[in-house]
Amino acid sequence: MMNFTLNDTTRFLLFAAVILTMPIWLIPLGGGYPDLMQKFAIYGIFAIGFNILFGLTGYLSFGHAAFLGVGSYAAVWSFKLFTMNVIPAVLFGVLFAGLLAFIIGFLSLRRSGIYFSILTLAFAQMSYNLAYSVLTPVTYGETGLQLSQQDPRLIDNLFIEEVSTGLPSTTLFGIKMSGYSGFYFCAVILILCFFISMRIFRSPFGLMLKGIKSNQNRMKYTGLNTRPYMLTAFVISGMYAGLAGSLLAVTDPLAGAERMQWTASGEVVLMTILGGVGTLVGPMLGAGLIKYFENIFSGFDNNVLTNAFSFLPDSVAEVVVPVVGLFVGGGWHLTLGILFVVIVIYLPGGIVEGLSRLMAMLRKRERPVNGNMKPQDQPGE
Amino acid sequence: MDAIFLQILNGLDKGAAYALIALGLTLVFGTLGIVNFAHGALFMLGAFCAVSFNKLLTISTKVEDKTVTLFKAYKEKPYLEIWFPDAGPVLIDFAIPLSILLAIPVMIFIGYAMERGLIKHFYKRPHAEQILVTFGLAIVIQEVIKAYFGANPIPQTAPDILAGSASVGSWIGLGESVVYPWWRLVYLVFSGVIIFGVFAFLQFTTYGMVVRAGMRDRETVGLLGINIEKRFTIVFAIATVVAGLAGVMYTPVLPPDYHMGMDFLVLSFVVVVVGGMGSLGGAVLAGFLLGIVQSFASMTEVKAILPGIDQIIIYLVAVVILLTLPRGLMGRAGVMDD
Amino acid sequence: MTKDNRFDFSRRGLLKASAATGIVAATPSIFMRNAWAENFRNNPGDAGEVKLGFNVPQTGPYSEEGKDELRAFQLAVKHLNGEGDGGMLNTFKPSSLKGNGILGKKVTYATGDTQTKSDAARASAKRMIEKEKVLMISGGSSSGVAVAVQSLCQEEGIIFMAGLTHSNDTTGKDKRRYGFRHFFNAYMSGRALGPVLDKEYGKERRAYHLTADYNWGWTQEESMKNTTEELGWQTANTVKTPVGAGDFSQYITPVLNSGADVLILNHYGKDMINSLTQAVQFGLRDKQVNGKNFEIVVPLFSRLMAQGAGSAIKGILGSTNWNWSLQDDGSQAFVKSFGAEYGAPPSMAAHTCYVQTLLYANACEMAGTFYPPEVIKSLEGFKFDGMGNGPTEYRAEDHQCFKDVLVVRGNENPTSQFDLLKVVEQTPRSQVEYDWKIFGGELGPYKV
Repeated sequence: MMNFTLNDTTRFLLFAAVILTMPIWLIPLGGGYPDLMQKFAIYGIFAIGFNILFGLTGYLSFGHAAFLGVGSYAAVWSFKLFTMNVIPAVLFGVLFAGLLAFIIGFLSLRRSGIYFSILTLAFAQMSYNLAYSVLTPVTYGETGLQLSQQDPRLIDNLFIEEVSTGLPSTTLFGIKMSGYSGFYFCAVILILCFFISMRIFRSPFGLMLKGIKSNQNRMKYTGLNTRPYMLTAFVISGMYAGLAGSLLAVTDPLAGAERMQWTASGEVVLMTILGGVGTLVGPMLGAGLIKYFENIFSGFDNNVLTNAFSFLPDSVAEVVVPVVGLFVGGGWHLTLGILFVVIVIYLPGGIVEGLSRLMAMLRKRERPVNGNMKPQDQPGE
Repeated sequence: MDAIFLQILNGLDKGAAYALIALGLTLVFGTLGIVNFAHGALFMLGAFCAVSFNKLLTISTKVEDKTVTLFKAYKEKPYLEIWFPDAGPVLIDFAIPLSILLAIPVMIFIGYAMERGLIKHFYKRPHAEQILVTFGLAIVIQEVIKAYFGANPIPQTAPDILAGSASVGSWIGLGESVVYPWWRLVYLVFSGVIIFGVFAFLQFTTYGMVVRAGMRDRETVGLLGINIEKRFTIVFAIATVVAGLAGVMYTPVLPPDYHMGMDFLVLSFVVVVVGGMGSLGGAVLAGFLLGIVQSFASMTEVKAILPGIDQIIIYLVAVVILLTLPRGLMGRAGVMDD
Repeated sequence: MTKDNRFDFSRRGLLKASAATGIVAATPSIFMRNAWAENFRNNPGDAGEVKLGFNVPQTGPYSEEGKDELRAFQLAVKHLNGEGDGGMLNTFKPSSLKGNGILGKKVTYATGDTQTKSDAARASAKRMIEKEKVLMISGGSSSGVAVAVQSLCQEEGIIFMAGLTHSNDTTGKDKRRYGFRHFFNAYMSGRALGPVLDKEYGKERRAYHLTADYNWGWTQEESMKNTTEELGWQTANTVKTPVGAGDFSQYITPVLNSGADVLILNHYGKDMINSLTQAVQFGLRDKQVNGKNFEIVVPLFSRLMAQGAGSAIKGILGSTNWNWSLQDDGSQAFVKSFGAEYGAPPSMAAHTCYVQTLLYANACEMAGTFYPPEVIKSLEGFKFDGMGNGPTEYRAEDHQCFKDVLVVRGNENPTSQFDLLKVVEQTPRSQVEYDWKIFGGELGPYKV
């Protein structure tokens, strides 16, 4: 990826520092509140995991939301049945998502290209439709799976005789997992996930996957059975999604079926491509950008705009506010759509390419370029 | 027996809609190699051609509405009805079929502009980027429509003479009680004509032959000195028109709203892939097959045995077909295999 | 929920500031009232403004409804701040509202997009709570969202005044101490429709249900089934349809020859528009079965949605929370100021959102504080009138409003483009009341 003089260690440390200081640098951007930062971290994990499959092998899964959903359901059930401690919930989430990924991957990986994409899509849509309707006893359908006071919580009840009348909160050995502590918990896991993903990219396993991506047939001719490698990548990436799903439940103990809908699968695809397929930080950037739009831009109503443009003379503001209003508030989808089109036209490598071009431009001013500055991890076919 | 016959009709009707959308999609896939996520949006644009045409016919004067006393409200009276008291209402009644006349040039223009302005730059780009750009475009189209027409569905009515039901039962000896709406029968025939037309165009004209050759081997056709680019523009425009007409004719069945394209998008991709990449016949076959299977799966008798089967049947059939037939029903080797 | 681990320095500052004010303050009673009120989420303290959060669908299938809700909220804020003609402030009794904001503080607001998805709705609500520091959240256009946001508000200690939500669960199984619903529910729809169905269609009927396959659809089907079977009707069949099916033909054709003579469509939104349009297309309305006219019933009718079905709604019976054609003073005042502002009458979603905002403001005035447990206590069991549905009560046990329910019929000869529904009967409140215990659930604590 960006091949300025960064080595992996500095890159990792830089990433960790940027993530952990989020509460500071996001404030001027209007995003410095816990929920959004949790979402950044969680969807970052989701996208990084997706990139392990898509970025390394080129297999485009359109059903990753199913793993996200299963992770959430497993985590909430763990809260309901066993304990409010988040560790078992996360483990269950990852485990069940991994299992489902194994089954779906085993079947879907028999095909490649668009056939593979549609198979994963079909499995995910079946999961969603069933979760929304027939499986309601398990998933609580439309209203979503939530905690209740009657939950057994077997393990918790062994130790504590609770007198509290309210719903319990999710905890990490006594630390409440909402607000800023929830964010730091997610952030630490995100950094860990980033580290693992980096190791995978650099490992012989990662190289093998890249080999499969560039020419699967040639890999097969060397006598290698590629399926187990692909399946491993698929399951790992499914487990990342399950982890993200369980973290969604940890920071906010509710699991809804729409987390499994194809639009959610599509979202992670868009995040990854927007950020830069096959790059390490790209998916994280894409996830951040989309979530930022969804949460901040949608909140700009005419009231906010009128205040923002109050420096303009009234007659000008009367024109400007409605025009800008088309792109924010209820129109935030429009801005996002335009952004997709513009980025993919001008920056095929996503945001990461944009950044590296920017860096290259800055560098050019300092010293002559040695001609070898192109980002390597371009998405390829 | 009656029930089964009606479900077959339902299935054919549903299948006709699927097939029409999938036909355009697979045409673009097969010839241009483009994964067009904006195809659903084109279907929706077609439907809104009908809405716009209707609006055009019913441009109205605003008369203050005296029945509303609490605030100033206005009634609309179409100029057409004022100017031509006899012909005006008839014209408005036939707005849907007539709007085909508007939809064809509009959709050709949209298709042309889209291909020349955007799609052509993505022929050699990876599928992922095609998906991103066409998806972005679909969102933009949707939001523009929403900003202008609002988010609620806008009801469109079929012409009066086609409003009721045909007693199809008595035609084939099943009794008077077996009826089916005229408009749905019209839709079925209409889609048959369109599908036949596209096939005939590709099969029996030199133009179509070149396009088919281009689908197989673009480079060689280019080497023969044929301007394949130009033909591809026209193919894209044809696909756009097919999607648009499918949208126009579907409006009386499904009141159009800005989101209807997205609702059909996933389904039409499933249809195309089940049919097999690059195969027009496969897409049509898969469309009708999935339509009929879906209709039967929704019957109470079936649902009693397998609860919720109608929720997943399409995807289930797709999975089974793709796992047993590597390239769908009629897919060709080498098209989007990797 | 007070978050000890939040980096919330401002709250501490506020505590000091208000303690100082308390010492200076001459009237001990005010000091006493505020004494326990210091420590709660998003306490406005000495600020001159309070912020309310309006969380409505701005994208997705219900965005038109969301837009109308937002209009109503903006109007309510105007009226609370003493601008405009005051709307229902003039008819609402007993009112403590003074038209100078709430407790003397100017009302402002923040908006968000629920997208009609529980995840997005909760994220948006959290932004309002954590970033915008709102005191109350209102709005929404589906029960899934209402239940999800309501439970979030309970955890956060923010009052939730539900918008359009019709499922029994919102104030039944999933009720919360911090959540209040003014809108009616599926059970009441059934009860209200019962006598009218009896009068119009008689006792000898066979009903066929098509039901949206999710929680709300099931509760709606159940209550309609109970009501009609009490009348002596038979139930021919109940069929679940996938949400967003689009084409319902495969579910409608079996109705034709099932021997049923009434079709009950337990659908809402786009499903309702499509299934109703198509059912009429299949000629169900022109059919004669068992010597009777075939009839269609849509238990939950909304004018905004009915527009989408066009002429298909003519003559169809259904129930609704409120309609702009009501002639009482409250409704008229509201329609007048809404119409003057936006050039169209308010929908029932707008009405319920407007009323909810006023009720919250009034409860704060009555309690003399923004401290949620006190506000909740003044809302619980609050009886009022002049808000459009006759004498109304917020039942303390489940936070459900009880008021008259309207049975409406799609207008055969609309006089204006807004005149789509005609009120057939205003079913009195006593008829739709029920024992709150039948739906289970627990409200939870006042203090969180």
